[in-house]
Amino acid sequence: MAILVGRETRVICQGMTGRAATFHVRRMLNYGTRIVGGVTPGKGGRRHLDLPVFDTVAEAVAATGANASLVFVPPDRAAAAMIEAIRAGIALVVCVTERVPLIDMVRVRQALDGSRTRLVGPNSQGVLAPGVAQLGVMATTSARKGGIGIASRSASLTSEIVAQITRAGLGQSATVGVGGDPVHGLTLAQCVELFDADNETEGMVLIGEIGGSDEEQAAEAITRLRPRKPIVALVAGRHAPRLRRMGHAGAFTSERAGSAHSKIEVLLAAGVLIAPNAHNVGELMREALRSARNSAAHPI
Amino acid sequence: MDLHEFQAKELLERFGIDIPGGRVVESSADALRAAEGLGGRRFVVKAQIRAGDRARHGGVRFADSPRTAAVEAGGLLGRRIVTPQTPEGGALVKWVYVEEAVEAIQQLYAAVVLDRGSGRPLALASAHGGDDIEDRAERDPAIVQSIPLTVRDNAADGDFAGLAGRIGLSGAALASAAQLLRQLAQAFIALDASLIEVNPLALTASGRLIALDAKLSIDDNALFRHADLRALRDYMERDESDPVELEAQHHQINYIRMTGDIGVLVNGAGLALATLDMVCDAGGRPANFMDIRTTATSLDIARGFRLILDNPAVRSILVNVHGGGMQPCDTIAEGIGIAMRRGYLRTPARDVPIIISMAGNHAEFARTVLANTGVPHIACSTPWEAVQKAVTCARAESSSWLSSLVAKRA
Repeated sequence: MAILVGRETRVICQGMTGRAATFHVRRMLNYGTRIVGGVTPGKGGRRHLDLPVFDTVAEAVAATGANASLVFVPPDRAAAAMIEAIRAGIALVVCVTERVPLIDMVRVRQALDGSRTRLVGPNSQGVLAPGVAQLGVMATTSARKGGIGIASRSASLTSEIVAQITRAGLGQSATVGVGGDPVHGLTLAQCVELFDADNETEGMVLIGEIGGSDEEQAAEAITRLRPRKPIVALVAGRHAPRLRRMGHAGAFTSERAGSAHSKIEVLLAAGVLIAPNAHNVGELMREALRSARNSAAHPI
Repeated sequence: MDLHEFQAKELLERFGIDIPGGRVVESSADALRAAEGLGGRRFVVKAQIRAGDRARHGGVRFADSPRTAAVEAGGLLGRRIVTPQTPEGGALVKWVYVEEAVEAIQQLYAAVVLDRGSGRPLALASAHGGDDIEDRAERDPAIVQSIPLTVRDNAADGDFAGLAGRIGLSGAALASAAQLLRQLAQAFIALDASLIEVNPLALTASGRLIALDAKLSIDDNALFRHADLRALRDYMERDESDPVELEAQHHQINYIRMTGDIGVLVNGAGLALATLDMVCDAGGRPANFMDIRTTATSLDIARGFRLILDNPAVRSILVNVHGGGMQPCDTIAEGIGIAMRRGYLRTPARDVPIIISMAGNHAEFARTVLANTGVPHIACSTPWEAVQKAVTCARAESSSWLSSLVAKRA
């Protein structure tokens, strides 16, 4: 099975009655995702897309046995919706909302501490397990069921890499967008752990970019776990324009430099294969898998 | 949103933080009046630019009379100050801040910043403030101490006294530093800040802590709940943003001006960064960074495409789009079609080659849209092919432009 989602995943959508959510829930239903209901405060008792609508997540969980939620709520209320899902004990929360205030995300992260919830996002395209379930807003046309796990900080770049992996004849076990915001839930490092433990995943692709410390944390996890699966990483932003900096405090946090080069260095040191450019991720993965299989077939 | 020093200080003063008396001015005549109004014997004249490391790069001057303050202000206004923290061209000084000088017996450092790794705010402090704190911390990381903060209701809590103690303060100085850190943390939450930095923080002979400089960045995503700060942003945007970048912002597009000759249009920030890397690796020079947000309509995209066309340095245009669920390719094709149909390519000289790679959601349909709208372009089946083509076209364009120039001279 894939990571994070499976056939037993029962999904509710918070904010389902909205226009964009309606569009995407319909797409997800068509993909075969088991969506069991929606939550919109004040609209409990109605039906939408032939699914029951509830006022609260707790009511939806009690009535439907939902264990995953897709949060499709505007930015001013998104954090409250995520915290409600966490308190209701939902195992997987995926938030696609863009522009959630930072302090709100700090509160969400505090609510996550000690909970049983895994949060993906916000500002994430979601989780796709080809042929199994779609929890998010990503394109699904070029995705194929296969053995490559993809974890990414960027939605549109993921679509491009998914297409390359499929063209290379490989397919994906799952694709996860950890989200483009500074403070988010699931990290690239946690994706590495999940893909490493997943027996359907044969290789991993990590898609990073400048800023933050997700790639550095992933490198630490890789050094610690020593996965036997090949890992290819792409770090975008080697030639990004120089931006204004305000003061020194950023240099004293876990973020430090966060340049593409420093990220590439730590990933290389962890034994990760670095894709020289966005267009050769697919080939590189195919080659890495081939040599991994050869060395497994012919141990020295 | 990054604020100027004078704006940051005005906001921080509301949270009980001590600041020197000062006035912001736009001319040296006003600087003279401001200094006379402030009284005192020594003044500091400070260029208002929104980037750090200003003092070491000529942005802060001292004056021992109102008349000298006026002369120093005149020397700063209209100048561009370049520091390691400004964009390449530096920052233009439109305002200077005239302040009474404060005698410090020690310069401290205090900040509250969001730590992305842990997802929590951190309070930072040091007994060794000043512009060169980063260099000194590199040699001796222990000079900057930090504590994590917990957000509760409308405050951020932490062991502020413990932090003040760890940087070597004691007695009354420890108590006032702990209080100042608490005030900064409160301001951080109340203002939806992503950074507050007071550097240097003066400790005076009388035991007062005074913020000599302040940096404040507000989370743009939270401006919906701060009408006053939103108004401030609109005012600052009008006054000093790059008009092209600003117009792009208003059309759901992130645009950053660069110095090359290949115009680049991409959907999504990650793909846009990866595209710039590909262009540079193929030997080209991007003219801009452009990330079309998922919320952009085809009309927004038309405006964005026009911004690229209007850049006289552009010799080829690369469109690299991977349609997702939120924004299919045809929306972008339609935007380009509108831009071309409205005759934005005004003169034959601006007949720039357009190279397009589209994949993902509705890519086929987008190709039909481009054909139907009659956009002359070179279609490529992969982004890398498109990148190489765009680089070749830019080179060819510049050489033909050069040869026509040479022909004219001859």
